[in-house]
Amino acid sequence: MPLKLTVNNEAVQVDAAPDTPLLWVLREHLGLAGTKYGCGVGACGACTVIVDGRAVRSCLTRTGSVVGSKITTVEGLSADGTHPLQKAWDEVDVAQCGYCQAGQMMTAAALLEQTPHPTDADIESAMDGNLCRCGTYARIREAIHRAAGQRMPALRD
Amino acid sequence: MQFNRRHFLQLSALAGGGLALGLYEHPLAYALGGGQPERRDPALSPRAFIQIEPSGKITIMAKNPEIGQGVRTMLPMLIAEELDVEWSQVHVEQASLDETAYGAQFAGGSMSTPLNWDPLRHVGAAGRQLMITAAAKRWSVPEKECTTGAGRVLHAASQRSLGYGELAEAAARLPLPDPESLQMKDPKEYKIIGKFTKGVDNPALLTGKRLFGIDVKVPGMLHAVYQKCPVFAGKVKQANLDEIKSMPGVRHAFIVDGSVRGGPVVDSDPGLEPGVAIVAETWWQAQAARRALKVEWDTAAGSPTAATQSSKGFDDKAAQLLKQPPGHTLRSYGDVDAACKSAAKIVEASYAYPFLVHGALEPQNTTAHFDNGKLEIWTTSQAPGGGRGYVAREMGIDAANITIHLTRTGGGFGRRLMNDYMLEAAWISREVKAPVQVLWSREDDFAHDAYRPAGWHGLKAGVDAQGHIVAWRQHMVTFGSGEKTAPSAGISADEFPSGRVPNYFIGHSTMPLWLRTGPMRAPGANAICFVGQSFLDEVARAAGRDPLDLQLELLAAKEIPMPGEQRNRGGYIFKPERLAGVLQQVAEESGWKNRKRQKGTGMGIAAYACHLGYCAEVAEVTVNASNQVRVTRVWAVTDVGHQIINPSGARAQVEGAIVEGMGHTMLEVTMAGGQMAQSNYLQYRLPRMRQTPEMHISFRLTQNPPTGLGEPALPPVIPAICNAIFDATGKRVRTLPLSKSGFSWA
Ligand code: FES
Ligand code: FES
Repeated sequence: MPLKLTVNNEAVQVDAAPDTPLLWVLREHLGLAGTKYGCGVGACGACTVIVDGRAVRSCLTRTGSVVGSKITTVEGLSADGTHPLQKAWDEVDVAQCGYCQAGQMMTAAALLEQTPHPTDADIESAMDGNLCRCGTYARIREAIHRAAGQRMPALRD
Repeated sequence: MQFNRRHFLQLSALAGGGLALGLYEHPLAYALGGGQPERRDPALSPRAFIQIEPSGKITIMAKNPEIGQGVRTMLPMLIAEELDVEWSQVHVEQASLDETAYGAQFAGGSMSTPLNWDPLRHVGAAGRQLMITAAAKRWSVPEKECTTGAGRVLHAASQRSLGYGELAEAAARLPLPDPESLQMKDPKEYKIIGKFTKGVDNPALLTGKRLFGIDVKVPGMLHAVYQKCPVFAGKVKQANLDEIKSMPGVRHAFIVDGSVRGGPVVDSDPGLEPGVAIVAETWWQAQAARRALKVEWDTAAGSPTAATQSSKGFDDKAAQLLKQPPGHTLRSYGDVDAACKSAAKIVEASYAYPFLVHGALEPQNTTAHFDNGKLEIWTTSQAPGGGRGYVAREMGIDAANITIHLTRTGGGFGRRLMNDYMLEAAWISREVKAPVQVLWSREDDFAHDAYRPAGWHGLKAGVDAQGHIVAWRQHMVTFGSGEKTAPSAGISADEFPSGRVPNYFIGHSTMPLWLRTGPMRAPGANAICFVGQSFLDEVARAAGRDPLDLQLELLAAKEIPMPGEQRNRGGYIFKPERLAGVLQQVAEESGWKNRKRQKGTGMGIAAYACHLGYCAEVAEVTVNASNQVRVTRVWAVTDVGHQIINPSGARAQVEGAIVEGMGHTMLEVTMAGGQMAQSNYLQYRLPRMRQTPEMHISFRLTQNPPTGLGEPALPPVIPAICNAIFDATGKRVRTLPLSKSGFSWA
């Protein structure tokens, strides 16, 4: 039985076992490679996507459990880099290796949906589970502040 | 080290009327090209550094692996500046591995800047000169009346101008300008170098395009996991392969015997490790099948004592060795014992630091396709040239039959100077006769790193009544055999303050280790600096001196000449005035001299020179009643010569070094039963955003050639933090991680 999903506002079907982690369905079945594998145990945040407005670790999310949910990946922010978070990330030149940044942006997107004008403390607590091995944290914080308060596409229905 | 290498240029016409300009380094091109620089078909000219098409499209090749250090942006900036085009006109493309054409292509040792600063600017300047010559001919005017700007040649007197694209075809037919005659810009005219320049991959990166090794997809590709023994180089006795083969999506499952070469010192890349390969249609299927894998290992196959090794055992053995005289003398002059006897004060202490894993966020991976004797590879390697040789040797393939493409890499930190994952992918592809991507799990990465080696040091210093250091003795216990140390586990014979104190001794004792060690960002320095700069702080406090003053005094001391080679730090001449310069500046910027004494807060200072750079840092910490530490501010001043090429990238390297250095004070991996006890980030808590201090970063520009920034800013932050903790609490951190010294992180 194919699984019916809604990814980046598109209805898709995938032929995968329902217990396959969403991360690998995105990467290997749907060809959405922006979401990254870093640890597989929920400890790094590289795989973060948004499910019904909440940031979740796709490496620990059984795909069968998100049938019918609205899933947004980094590709769904915008294809042309015009989402306020993508623009802020570019202007601040946040990335070093860049591998963690899709996950960072997705956690930030969920934060800003909840809290459009976060304080440093709000940001630090929301971003606590997203590791950046390269140490770009100061710039991530700056980019979130820069994007804050701008109009963003809704992440849930 | 010589940076002004002679090099020469190659010019060719592009099919369709453009120009391609390449650069060959001398003598590397001769060595690799069999005595003659090859002329290559320009139509297939990915080897050229610059391609200018008639449409005006300008492509500049990025030669080195991009591991997050910013070279895919920074190196093309050098060419674009001297070519005199607008940065917005430039399209950057990653070069594949071709060291004949591009010179050395590696990411290590902070060498991209020093090795490329001159040659790449020459490439750009040669391109500009060709455009001028072509335009002057077309207009029949003297070249010296022509100027350039924004990718055009201008003739002011006649108010004419031509775009580089319009000139490319004619320029391609000109003889090359003599490299010696090329005019470089006055730095005052720079429009690109020195300007905040965003990463060229930002647009693709921020929209989730395929950029990294893990994102490579080639037609017909299978996915593999490779299960190795948790004890280094253990062999497979038997495995439930039949069961694995019957699992969903699994196409192949087989045992690899491997070929690890033993010995008392293990190489960073010692040959293929034995294991079980599982190859499936998707990586998740291979990984899911691995969970059902049952292997009986011969853990003693590599070494009879492999499974008995433990961190506790190493600590005990090191403690024993530290009580004995060093096994080997590295440098000894004066008479340390006599000087200590008559010293007013003696300071003695032992220091230790643990194994660390690199833990780059993108797990090790490579995609390989072995077909008909030829091997094509897409890899995250930091040293792809070394990797090609390694794969060729281990697999018995002619290196000329191996093509290597460089992907963007999710962090290197030295780990990817080793090429084990590349060899695994190539091997498995040959076995299964299909393109294969090998991707390690995070657990593979923790269990099979080339670890930052642990180390132990005993130090003793004598101070006279005026507070001057009269004797310094250092004994390092490290891994190795006899005089030979394991990779990245050695220490310089002229470690600071050699030559700056009247009596000095440094030696080491070695013990065997059956495990791979290897370079980790600022290798050697990241540990040695912690020891030396912490102990110096200790000595200063004991002598009632300000540690800054004591260090400046040592740096100003008349140097005692050493026999043999010049005193060096990694092969180059150490300039004490540069280290003194950054120390003085960081002291000023941080208000070191006027720092306020407040309960529970402290400041520490440290400095180090490595990888051609000089850096001094001051850390400010608060420590609460339960010994929880918060690093509140860090000031860093770095001297890497007269020009910062990309301020964004340069600052990023220092920011990253500070955060990573904080990690060094928090982290460890420990061994028990020959295996690493930590297997993922859950047990290896990397620094987080909330722990990131306020950072004050500046560069001290000095009249020296520009050098690299990947490493120099890392080592000093570690002792700066530890010295600040002492300042705040009166407790000296002599063992890392901090938890071993009774502290934790707020
Ligand atoms: S890969 Fe999911 S949290 Fe690390
Ligand atoms: S930018 Fe490299 S891990 Fe975050």
